[in-house]
Amino acid sequence: MFLYALRRLLLAIPLLIGITFVSFLVIHLAPGRPGEVVTGDLSPESQRELWQLLEKEYDLDKPLHVQYWKWLTRLVRLDFGKSFSPDARPVLQKIGERLPITLLLNVVEMLIIVALAVPIGVYSATRQYSMFDKVTTVFVFVGFATPDFWLALLLMILFGVQLGWLPISGLRSLNWEYLSFWRQQWDFAGHLLLPILVATFGGLAGFSRYMRQSMLEVVRQDYIQSARAKGLAERVVIGKHALRNAMLPIVTVLGLSLPGLIGGSIIVESIFAIPGMGQLMVQAVFERDYPVIMGNLVIVSTLTLFANLLADVTYSFVDPRIRVGARRRR
Amino acid sequence: MRAFWRALRRNRLALVGGVVVVCLAALAILAPAIAPWDPNRPDVKKILDAPSGVHPLGTDQLGRDVFSRMLYGARVSLAVGFVSIGISSLIGIILGAAAGYNGGVVDATIMRLVDLMLVFPRFFLLLAVLAFLRPSIWTIMAVIGLTGWMGVARLVRAEFLALKEREFVIWSQSIGASAFRIVWRHILPNAMAPVLVAMTLGIPAAILTESGLSFLGLGVQPPHASWGNILNEGKDAIEIGWWLSVYPGLAILLTVLSYNLFGEGIRDALDPRLRQSVGRIVTRR
Repeated sequence: MFLYALRRLLLAIPLLIGITFVSFLVIHLAPGRPGEVVTGDLSPESQRELWQLLEKEYDLDKPLHVQYWKWLTRLVRLDFGKSFSPDARPVLQKIGERLPITLLLNVVEMLIIVALAVPIGVYSATRQYSMFDKVTTVFVFVGFATPDFWLALLLMILFGVQLGWLPISGLRSLNWEYLSFWRQQWDFAGHLLLPILVATFGGLAGFSRYMRQSMLEVVRQDYIQSARAKGLAERVVIGKHALRNAMLPIVTVLGLSLPGLIGGSIIVESIFAIPGMGQLMVQAVFERDYPVIMGNLVIVSTLTLFANLLADVTYSFVDPRIRVGARRRR
Repeated sequence: MRAFWRALRRNRLALVGGVVVVCLAALAILAPAIAPWDPNRPDVKKILDAPSGVHPLGTDQLGRDVFSRMLYGARVSLAVGFVSIGISSLIGIILGAAAGYNGGVVDATIMRLVDLMLVFPRFFLLLAVLAFLRPSIWTIMAVIGLTGWMGVARLVRAEFLALKEREFVIWSQSIGASAFRIVWRHILPNAMAPVLVAMTLGIPAAILTESGLSFLGLGVQPPHASWGNILNEGKDAIEIGWWLSVYPGLAILLTVLSYNLFGEGIRDALDPRLRQSVGRIVTRR
């Protein structure tokens, strides 16, 4: 178990280096190189200025390997540079204050998705072609096809504008400071409700589909037949024997779909004006705040990498076959 | 082939999806002929008019006809979908074939590259790249294509790994056919079925990505219409002009839904066993 986790951790190192390398290469797409034809939204002057800033920040006048090495040694010390925006604060600080809310949103989303998708998947798999199964299948297809930002707009029109039940932007009401502690928590939850609903919708469709598929496969296995044959209650056969095995691939799928979930926070956060990493990223892109963009990219992908790692290790924890396989290969 | 058509015909949902796909393509191509108004002509007397006989889907903040803009937006969405999937499939096929056929170091290197690309949350990577480029429909196509080839590469590699051990490949190797000829003439045609399915299912995903980027204001730039940027403008008029927010979204939903139904229909008709391997690609953003 421990050895397996360690092995996976070692395998992550080249990926980590790869992340920094790809992120670094992205800088070299920057506009405003001397002599380039200038069109688009930046005036020639501001473009030249931007390029000079970049050159200073990332040593772009030196050979490529020197640039990369200097940048990397700063990264290792968690020095992501200073923001280009007028406040000129360290990038790490800017990201640090926005990370918790994005993590909170994503963790809550994941929990809700798993909590709902597993029962839905199991129920529709054990009653294949029933009314419930058909309805969920339609839901899955519609869920796949619904753009999350559109769903967000519709919900905002319905609950925010027409009914006026829920706040549609930010994390706190204007009168937040005058509320009692519990009122404040309630207000916070109200602000998160729509964003979480939107972010959960698409993922839920996917996961209930996987769960159904996985369950359908497991139910056909011989050991389920034998469990039934020895007279176990159907509840035990499905709830214990089948469910445990059907859950295994879900762990992997969960790990694999993490980048998508985290990427989704860009749209959700910018629609609902939630001050998280996604919103920071969009702002930075509009302001061409390159150090913030780079820092965001490196941190988000590193987090994804470790989350994937965690999923893999969890998988080996719940499925002993993986551990044994890994040992044999050695 | 005949069995394929028979299976596809029996799948009613897939047929409906296919018909919608064809209709959408026709609408997009014929947009200049069908559109009742010039999509870019503003009219100060008709700002945010509700849907009516004159403007079936209403007008926007500049008094432009939403229906006509959506027809032109269909061109953008479909073009982005097709071209970016073309780019990503081409890259995916080349890298997947190289990895699967050669094995060894080449395979290991390419697959680590795939792993690496999959670690980046796609939207963050897209935004980071777009921040350094000038947004235009061509950059959008290129960027979506360049960040979306990993699924196809994995599929092609898996097919190649299985096919290269087959007798007909070993036989051609034994008579001295060149590697290029074997890959191009013998293995690739046999590996194309899942790729075609992945492409069909990839188009709606690319359309969703493009509309998301345009919605953020980082995709197709105004005055060019795209479903995403009409929605972006609609967001600002959310309290008055619901039609600006509702119809373009419905168009995206309908397009993506019908492509998905059609794609899954093709997949099931080709080979129900593909369900596992190709299905996985769809949910990835």
